[in-house]
This record gives sequence, structure tokens and C-alpha cells, in this order.
Amino acid sequence: MPSDASARPQGGSAGGRLAALVYGDRSRGLLWQAVAIGLVLLLGWQLFGNASDNLARQNIATGFDYLSRPASFVISDKLVPYEPSDSYGRALLVGVLNTVWVSFLACLFGTVAGVVVGILRLSPNPLLSRLMLAYVEALRNTPLLLQLLFWYALLLLMPPVREALRPLPGVFVSNGGLFVPVLHWSAAHLWVGLALLAGILAAFPLAGRIEERALAAGRPPRSWPAVLPAVLGPPLVAALLLQPDLSLDRPELGTFRVSGGGRLTPEFTALLMGLALSSSAGIAEAVRSGIQAVSKGQWEAAEALGLKRSLTMRLVVLPQALRIIVPPLTSIYLSTTKNSSLAIAIGYPDLVSVSNTTMNQTGQAMEAIAIFMAIYLLLSLLTSAFMNWYNARVALRTR
Amino acid sequence: MGSWIRGATGCVAAVAGMVLAAQGAVAGPTLDAIKAHGKLRCGVSPSSAGFAYPDDKGRMLGLDAEVCRAVAAAALGDGDKVEFVPLTTNVRFQALQSGEVDLLSRQTTETFSRDVTLGMNFAPVVFYDGQGVMVPKSLGVKSAMDLDGAAICILPGTTTEQNIADWFRTRGMTFESVVFEQPDEWRNAFFQGRCDVLTTDRSDLASSRAVANNPADYVILPETISKEPLAPVVRHGDDQWLDIVTWTVNGLIAAEEKGITRENAAKLAAESQDPEIQRMLGTSEDLGAQLGLDKDWLLRVITTVGNYGEMFDRNLGPGTPLDLERGQNTLWTDGGLLYAPPFR
Repeated sequence: MPSDASARPQGGSAGGRLAALVYGDRSRGLLWQAVAIGLVLLLGWQLFGNASDNLARQNIATGFDYLSRPASFVISDKLVPYEPSDSYGRALLVGVLNTVWVSFLACLFGTVAGVVVGILRLSPNPLLSRLMLAYVEALRNTPLLLQLLFWYALLLLMPPVREALRPLPGVFVSNGGLFVPVLHWSAAHLWVGLALLAGILAAFPLAGRIEERALAAGRPPRSWPAVLPAVLGPPLVAALLLQPDLSLDRPELGTFRVSGGGRLTPEFTALLMGLALSSSAGIAEAVRSGIQAVSKGQWEAAEALGLKRSLTMRLVVLPQALRIIVPPLTSIYLSTTKNSSLAIAIGYPDLVSVSNTTMNQTGQAMEAIAIFMAIYLLLSLLTSAFMNWYNARVALRTR
Repeated sequence: MGSWIRGATGCVAAVAGMVLAAQGAVAGPTLDAIKAHGKLRCGVSPSSAGFAYPDDKGRMLGLDAEVCRAVAAAALGDGDKVEFVPLTTNVRFQALQSGEVDLLSRQTTETFSRDVTLGMNFAPVVFYDGQGVMVPKSLGVKSAMDLDGAAICILPGTTTEQNIADWFRTRGMTFESVVFEQPDEWRNAFFQGRCDVLTTDRSDLASSRAVANNPADYVILPETISKEPLAPVVRHGDDQWLDIVTWTVNGLIAAEEKGITRENAAKLAAESQDPEIQRMLGTSEDLGAQLGLDKDWLLRVITTVGNYGEMFDRNLGPGTPLDLERGQNTLWTDGGLLYAPPFR
């Protein structure tokens, strides 16, 4: 620690105190900080002033009032109810939710596929590892936009809705989307779903404890007889108590479209496939390098203890590899979220697509761009906050 | 695809330009700026047969492109001094507002809010259009009223997007909207059967049909959903520049009225005794000086692109791939909407 102002010899006079204030490391540091912040604020104020002057001189409307005006355009792919008579603000919400939903699913599927591919990349079977190498390199070395257009073009090759393939009764496969029968969703279904989730969450520590005890006793771990009832018990109880409606909402072919049932549009599917596959390639590389960074001695030690290869991977190597994998994983998640803005090329109404339409109808480009930049920033900060928390947890647990 | 990226970055750059540019970047007479630059920067559609599309030598053809040439001929003395800037529907207004282009001649519908709140002014209408819908013949649909529940391919940020929503809403019908940024993706999705319906201005539907594998498989339904007066646009605040563009367009229409053509313009300038023709072609009064131009300005315009009728026939009329009738786009004397105020 360098000496600060209080540690210096002082005369006690006013001049001495002033000198201490000017020459002290701490106060001088603060002074520079204040100057820097002041300059940034000044620059921001100048830019803002310039922009509003220019806009006013060109007679261009400004402000965020437009958000409450009716949007009067249709968005078909949506997670919350929305009508053209709703406001631009509501339309924006539809776009944000679409972006979050597709990014979340892409990260989820990308991680599952990426971990599997990353582990298989290290398989002793040369055919398998080379195949995975080809997968990773093909997806990492082509532009994502091209991949999206490719998947979308592929999906559009399906027959039109009126000539849809029907592989199973009630299932329609067409270039208007995939239609499947779904349950008539109600609160009862939601509770059963939550009960299942609770069961799964409860099963993890249970399985962990059983395995620990088995390992301590030198027995091979066998946790499924306890885990299975823990997972299935709560939803079964909930289903018996609440008696959810099990009849199906079947899609029906109308004049133009299929109505009813659940639906995946080709735009959403192509975007999800493109994002998930390209992120899985990045994740696979992160997983592979993470595993290879764990020292060889760990493998040999586990082998000496008589652990199988699969158990060594799960119990010894992966927990240590996680520490190395998590930071690059964070940046892959962030770029996947931002890459979802390529949706506009294939007609999926994400945040950017809705903002662009809004921008053009209202002419308020700066406001719209400011809003979507702020939203992407927020999404990115939330993702990295979560991942940093997880990183800290993993790092602590494995010492 | 490249142009998608360019469009997006162009949009951001335009906004950044507006934030960063200090006083004076967009003020000042446009005419002086164009003369200093030596070329007219003119925003056009990236590819719209009949309005703006490059031929195999890269020369921009079409009605909108010729309006750019006409204005360049008036302002710079040479119809080839045009720098064409292809703009998607989404970035066109920002490009004009930020000064990236000086004239937007891009099938743009004149509306109240665009004129009043976007900081733009419209020159006279160069094409009276209306929104229509096109469907595959195999669908067996006779009227747009039968389209309840159909999937419709739309371009974003256009008046058509709101018109079709309003039209369906007032009739209690619904549709699935599929929105594409790029015209190529938009057309392709329709031709592949992703959408049952393609909607945009009727003229543009005709140019889309012209590029189909088999144009006879598609039919444009009789309903016209909206009025779409397409007009060139300039920035608000430079009256001289607005006057130049306005009277160039009026001159094209008046020339057809007076029978001035690309071939006979020079001869009429020398021989005509009609006082209005003499004023227009600068042989009696010097109207050009009042616009800040020379006296031959309109003569140059007409020898460059011909009169309105010639432009229409060359780019859109029968015998072109678009094969459009003059319809409303004929002179008021023939029952159309084209009516140029007098040159005096």
C-alpha cells in the first residue's frame, strides 16, 4: 500500500494541508476520477443537445409518447395476447419476450448438445471423435446468417399446409409449421407441471446423498430406486387430486390454415435450430478444452481407485473442468442472445424486427434504437450476473 | 443478405450521424451541396422491376431511377450525374433525414404523418398506386373477402403492413402475418407456399409476378385495399430544393400535355410559337433563374428522359414485363389524375 496523505509528515499549517490534498495519492486519484466523470457527462450532454437540436430543426418528432399509440400491425408469433389495436409498447413487449424465449431455448439446447458433442470429441473411437470434429468445424466456420437462411430454406421445402404430411393422426408437417395435438391447458395442468419440477429438484440432493453414502461404504452407487418415486410421486399425487382434463386439442385443417392444437412456425424453428446448433459447436469446444485442461494424473488416480471411465468423467473430471468451462460459456450465451437479432432475416418477430417496424411507422428511430439497445444491455447484464454467480459457486465448491 | 447488413448498419450510422453531427451538417441549400459533390445522391429501391433495378451492365433502370436522372439533368446539367443508393423500406427515411441521400425516389407513399412528423416534404405524385393482394391461381380464391385465416407475406415498415391489418380488422377477419426485411426472401416465401397471399402496392405485385417461374400461376385479386400515391421525397426546410424537384416532376407531366417529347424538344424550343412551351423550354422568359438554375433546365430534363408518358411506356406500360395500363396515371384531359399547374 503506498503511503497516503495522512501518513505524510505535516506541518499542520493551512498550506501544508493544501499541499497534502494536492499531492496526496488518494485525493489526487479522486480528483482525476471526478474530472474524467465530468468529461464523460459533458460529452453526453453535448451529444444529447446536438441530437435534439438537429431533430427539432428538421421538424422530426421526438419523445416516447408514441409507445402508447396503437401499433396497428399484426404479430402472429407471440407468447402473450396482442391485437393490432394494442399499443406500440405492448408490441415491443411481444418482441422482447420472443427474443428472450428463443435465446433461452437456444442456450438450453445448445448446452445439452454441446456437452455431449464436447465429451464425444474426446472419445477413443476415432470415427466418433472425427465426426464430432467435423460437426464443430462446420458449424463454427460458417456465418450464422447463412446457416439461418439454409435451415429456413430447408423448412420451406416441406409441402404447403393444404398438402401437409400426416405422419400420425392429428399431426401436420408443412412449410406453414408443425402442428400437434395438445392438452386443453388449465391451472390443474400447471400444478402437475410444478409438482414434477419440484420432484426433479428434490431428486438431485437425494441422489447425491445416496451416491456419497454408497461410495463411502464402497458399494457401487445405485440411486434410481429412490430417485424415481421422488420424481414421479409429486406429479402423480397432484394429478389424482386435481383431475386435470386429459382430452386433446387436435389441430384441424381449414381452408387455408390448420387451426387448434400446438404449433411451431418454420421461422421460429429455423431460428432456434440455427442458434442452438451454432452455440452447441462453441460450447463443445469449451467443454473439450475444459476436460483436457484437467491434469492427466486425475484420470490415473481415479483409475487406480477402480472407477469406470464414465464415473471418472462424472465424479472426478467434469466438476474440475466446470471451473474452466463456465467463463467461456458465459460469453457464448451472451453472443447467442445477441445473435437472435438475425431473426429479422427469416421473418421471426423478435425485438429488432418489432422495433424496426415501429421505427418506420413512427419515424422515431433514435428512441426505438435506444430502447432496444437498453434491452439487450439488460439481458446481457442479467445473463452475466447469473453466470458469475454460478461461476463463483462452482469455483468455491471444488476448491 | 449483404444489403441486409448494409441496411442495418446504414440505419445505425444514420442515427449516429444525427447524434454526432454538430450544427450545420444538414442545414444549408441542398443545391449547393450537390453541385459541390458533383453528383445527386438518390435513394431508390434495391430491386423493383419497372421502378428501380439494375440491368446486366449495372445501369439503374425504371421510373423512380429516371426521376432521379431528370432531377440531376435539371440541377447538375447531366442526367448521368446520379449516385444511386439502394435503400430498404426500413432505412429509407433515416437515410434522407441524415443527409445520406438528397432525394428519395423509392415508391414511397405520401401520408399525413410522414409529411408532418418525419421532417420530410413530398414532391408531386409520380405514380398513383393502390395496395392489392396476389394469390396462387390454384387456391381458387376469387375475392379478398375469402381470405379469412390466410397467411400473408409482408414487408416491414410499410403502409401496406398497417393497411392490411386495418382491412382485415374492420371485416372481422384474421390472418397470419409473416414479415420479411428483404424483398427477395419475402417473394421467395410466397412462391414456396409459406404464405397464401402476397400483399403490397399493385404495381409492385405486378413486378413480383414478372419474376415468378411461371407468372401465369398467380392472380392479382380485384380489390384495391388502399390509396397509395407514390411520390419523391426531400428533406423539410430547403424550399428551393423542394421547388426544383416539384417543378421537374410537373414539367414531365406538362411536357406530355403539350406534346413535347425527347425527339421533338429541341425542335420545339427553336420553332414553337406556343407561349407556354416557350416559357417551359426557356426561349422567352427565364423560369430557370427563379429556381436557381439556368434557362435550359427543363429542355435538358426532357431530352434526357422524355415526358411522363414516354417514361411510363418505357418502364411500366404494355410491352414491358410489368404490362401495366395507364389507368389513373394518365393525363386529366384523358380522365386520369395527372394535372400539372401552369408554367407561368
